[in-house]
This record gives sequence, C-alpha cells and structure tokens, in this order.
Amino acid sequence: MTAASALSGKHPTAPRNIRWGRIVIYAILIVATAFYLLPVFLLVITGMKSFAEVSLATMWNLPSGLHFDSYLKAWLGKESEGIRGLSYNFMNSVYLAIPATLGSALLGSMNGYVLAKWKFRGSDTLFPLILFGMFIPYQSILIPLVQVLQRMGLYGSIPGLIFVHIVYGIPITTLIFRNYYAGIPTELVEAAKIDGASLLGIYRHILFPISMPGFVVVMIWQFQSIWNDFLFGVIVTSRPSVQPITVALNNMAGSYIVEWNVQMAGAILAALPTLLVFIFLGRYFMRGLLAGSLKG
Amino acid sequence: MRQVKRDRLISILLISPSVLAIAVFVYGFIGFTAYSSLSKWDALTPDFTFVGLRNYAKLFTIDRFLSDLRNTVTFTVLFLAACLVIGLFLAILLDQRVKGEGVFRSIFLFTMAISFIVTGVVWRWLLNPGTIQTGSSGVNLLFEKAGLGFLRWGWFTDPTIWHIPAESAVGGFLARIGLGGLTSPFVGVSLAMISVVIAATWQMSGYTMAMYLAGLRAIPDELREAARVDGASEFAIYRHIILPLLQPITLSAVIVLGHISLKIFDLVVSMTGPGPAFATDVPAFFMFDTTFRGNNFAQGAAIATLLLLVVAVLVVPYLRYTTRTEAEI
Repeated sequence: MTAASALSGKHPTAPRNIRWGRIVIYAILIVATAFYLLPVFLLVITGMKSFAEVSLATMWNLPSGLHFDSYLKAWLGKESEGIRGLSYNFMNSVYLAIPATLGSALLGSMNGYVLAKWKFRGSDTLFPLILFGMFIPYQSILIPLVQVLQRMGLYGSIPGLIFVHIVYGIPITTLIFRNYYAGIPTELVEAAKIDGASLLGIYRHILFPISMPGFVVVMIWQFQSIWNDFLFGVIVTSRPSVQPITVALNNMAGSYIVEWNVQMAGAILAALPTLLVFIFLGRYFMRGLLAGSLKG
Repeated sequence: MRQVKRDRLISILLISPSVLAIAVFVYGFIGFTAYSSLSKWDALTPDFTFVGLRNYAKLFTIDRFLSDLRNTVTFTVLFLAACLVIGLFLAILLDQRVKGEGVFRSIFLFTMAISFIVTGVVWRWLLNPGTIQTGSSGVNLLFEKAGLGFLRWGWFTDPTIWHIPAESAVGGFLARIGLGGLTSPFVGVSLAMISVVIAATWQMSGYTMAMYLAGLRAIPDELREAARVDGASEFAIYRHIILPLLQPITLSAVIVLGHISLKIFDLVVSMTGPGPAFATDVPAFFMFDTTFRGNNFAQGAAIATLLLLVVAVLVVPYLRYTTRTEAEI
C-alpha cells in the first residue's frame, strides 16, 4: 500500500534520488489527503455511533457498530425534545433547487445564444455589465429585494426564492452558455441563415441539439450553488416550514438542545446531494468551476 | 431582408427579460441601497430624509465595524496566501505523473461541492477547544493523543489580538512621530480569525489547485524539453518558465477568492458567530445584524455600499481586462 513499494515495483532501475523524490511527493499528497478527509472521517464515525457512545472526549474513537441514531434524529427530529427534523427542509431545497436550476439554465441558454451568435450594437458592452452581477456582494441588494418581494407577494415563500435564484443566476449562466456557443463555428449558423432558417429555427434545430454539455455544466453549477445558498434563504424565508436545508442546519447547529452528533449527521444530509453530483458528474462540475473564473 | 429584421427583433425579445431583470435587480437595487445609505432610515418605516454621509462617518466610530475591517484584512491576506500556496503546490505535485492522480484530485476538490454552512458546522466541532468539564475535544484532543499537547489552544475562542503595544519602544516611537494610531488593537491580527481561515482554505484551496493544474496542462511539453536540453534544472524551469506563465491564473484566483473573502458571511455565521469581542466578526455579518435584526436600514445600507465599492475596485478592472482581451481574439 505504501507509495514506496508501489514505486520501486514500477521503476526498479530508477536512480536513487529520483526514487526519494517520488516518495516525498506521495508522502506530501497523503498528508494533504488526511487534511481534506479529516472532517469527513469525523462526520462518518460520529454519524454511526449510538447515543450512548457519543461524547466529546471520545469523539475520535471508532464506532462499536453501525447505529444510525444520529441520522434518524437529524432527519426526523424529536418532538419530545423540541428538535425539528431536517426532512421537510431537505424537500424544500429540492422543490427550490430543481425549478430554479431549470429556469436559469433556460434563460442562460437564450442569452448566451443571442450574445454569441446574434451580436448587436452594444452587445459587447452589455455582456460585462451583466457579468458584474455575479460578483456583487448581495448585501448591496438585500434591502430593496425584501421590499420588492413583499410587494410582489413572493416574500417568505419558496416561489419567491426560486425567483431570486433565477434572477441572480442570469450572469453566470449567460457567461457559461455564451462561451459554449462561441466555441461552435459561426459558419454553421451563417449557412443555416442562407438556407433561410430563422433565429428560433437555428436554435431549435442546430444549436439546442448540441447544447447538452453546456446544459449539464450550467445545471450542475446552478444546482450546487442554489442548494448551498444560505444568504437568500435566511433573508427571504423566515418561517421554519419553508426554509431550505442550509438555513435549517444552521439553526440546528446554533441550538443548545441539539447534540453535536445530530448536528454532524445533519451536516452530512445537507451535503449529500451536491456530493453525489460531484462524485458522478465531477468532470462537468470542474468545467463550471473554471468558467466561474471567466476563462471559459 | 424581412427575415433578418424579424430575427433582430426576436433576438432583442429573447434577451430583454434578462437585461431588464439585471437592470432592476442589480443596478436599480444598488442605486436604492446607495440612496438609503444617505438617509435617516433607522426604523421599520422608511424615512428618506437626506443626511449626507453621516451614516458612513458614524461607521468609523463603531468598535464593531473597526474590528470587522481588521478581521477582513487578516482573513483576506491569510486566506489568499494559503489558497494560492497550497493550490499551486498541490497542482505541481499532481503534475508529476502521479499514480492515482484522479483520486487525489477528487479528494482535494470535493469540498467545493458543499455549502459553507456544512463546512462551518463541521469545523466548529473540529476546532472546538473543549471545556474544563469535558476536557480537550476536536483537533486539540488529537494533538494530545499524538503527544503534541503543547499545540493546543483556544482556536476561534481565543480573543487575543496581535498588535503593537502602545507602551512598547516601537509604540512610543510611533506615538512621537504622530502615528500613535497604529498601536490601536484595530490595527492588528485577530488570532481567532485563523480558525476561519483554516476552514475556508479547506473548502477553497482545491479550487486554486484545479485552476493551476489546468494552467500547467496547457503549457506545451516542448517548452520544458527545450529548457532541459539547454541544461536548466527542474527548479529553474519552474522558477523562470512555468511560474511566469501561470501569472494570469494567479490573477483570476486572486479576484475570485478575494471577492469571496470580502463578502464572507455563511461560514462565519455557522462556525463562530461574531466571536469574543468581535474577534471573528465580518462586515457582511454586521450588515445583516444592523439591517435585519436592528432595523437600522440606513446604517446597514452604508456597510453594504462600502462592501460593494471595495469589491468593484477589485472586479471592474478585471472584467474590463478579460472581456477586452476576449474581444481581440
């Protein structure tokens, strides 16, 4: 299992200094791995312990067996102790993240198409102005946002949150789609135009069918940022019954009546959906990540 | 030609809802916030009586805000340095044709997929120093078990602020040349902030790793080969060829991480709260408290406007630079 043996098997004749270099590289990578996985290790062992086993003094001890007490309590809550379970909030996040993701992907795709293939006078000025919206500290729009949502009757509801996420998702989704469509040869669009295809026809028959990778990248990106959002959730929803899971988890962690192992289990529940997306669709996740730094 | 005109109209129609939304919800709202920050609106009912820059001037007399500024500087500098150094270092290591590179990459990067709230909840328990009743806990307990008990400390509960003491020789000298203000505890380093930096670096350093790795992979092998043929050492190749080529990536990383650190909120809320004597407080949290708990909307708007201005100074030149170079291509 050690890096050294694996290596000496591979390069039996490697000069000595190179082999040492390799050992050092693997040693550092393993130390780094330990740093990144330490919290995961603690989360998992804590989640598996029975209530009798949990104490701060034994937090690093391995569980005696598989108990899912903490998960059950974090998911279902316990009315007798006044602990709210996260199951409702988990579902709130699902009902919030899925429509908001679809909506912002659709908008982004239309915007990206126009800005990449149907440039008009001023469109190159418009683009950075839209992009600026993804860098602003949202504190600078929260006060009027609450007022406007109240007037629109959307304040304190999941549809309100969906609306907010779609609006503030416009810059990043537009950016990713514009870069994606910019990579598709303009000749393709020009040829279709000469053949008499209209703007919508070109979109429907030429660009949309090859847009899947773009949609996957954008949807993964939006899903994870909406699922993980806290600021909009805490500002827009005040009633616990409509709060997304991040807000509920934070409330749970701030409450003195909830044991730390239940908080840990709650943290895993909140992290699970985006982690699964990362594990199965990591490649696309990376692309969104790099697009976020504008170098599409 | 009729078709072209119609398509032009449709293209405008397609994009106008988004443009309108951005115009209102970004620029209009920013304008409203800036306008509110110049008003007397300090209760639930709006009061737009113009008071000039009074709310701004007042901020700089509030201890909590001065602590926030100090903490933001501490956090930004340490967080950026840690992410850039760790990210670059891991990327260079992974670029050495390492076995299991994909696995390592995923391990370093998975933290990007989870919420700052989750990170905060977990690291709060990892860095919880423990109490006299419970004994050490978390990382302190690990140190104890590894025989490194001397490394234990209060983490985010430590209220210590490193600053130049007024009664020291340096402090006396500064006072004499009229710079006595530099000995204030608001010009210093809040040690509790280091815990927040650790958690944030855990979450975001994989991102810089990924960016640098993508950059390293984009450098053609011939370049390194040519240098090797010329007798350059591996170290010299990195120092004189590869690092300079990675500069644009460092710039992107500084902008992205820098603006995240200026507006950091979730992590602090879930991990530490304002901390002892605001040792881990940040402007975004102060804005939230002032506005939505204290109903002092004008004051909150002033904090938000200042935050926006600082972020804009960082981001606007970058946006102009990248979108312009893109247009040239």
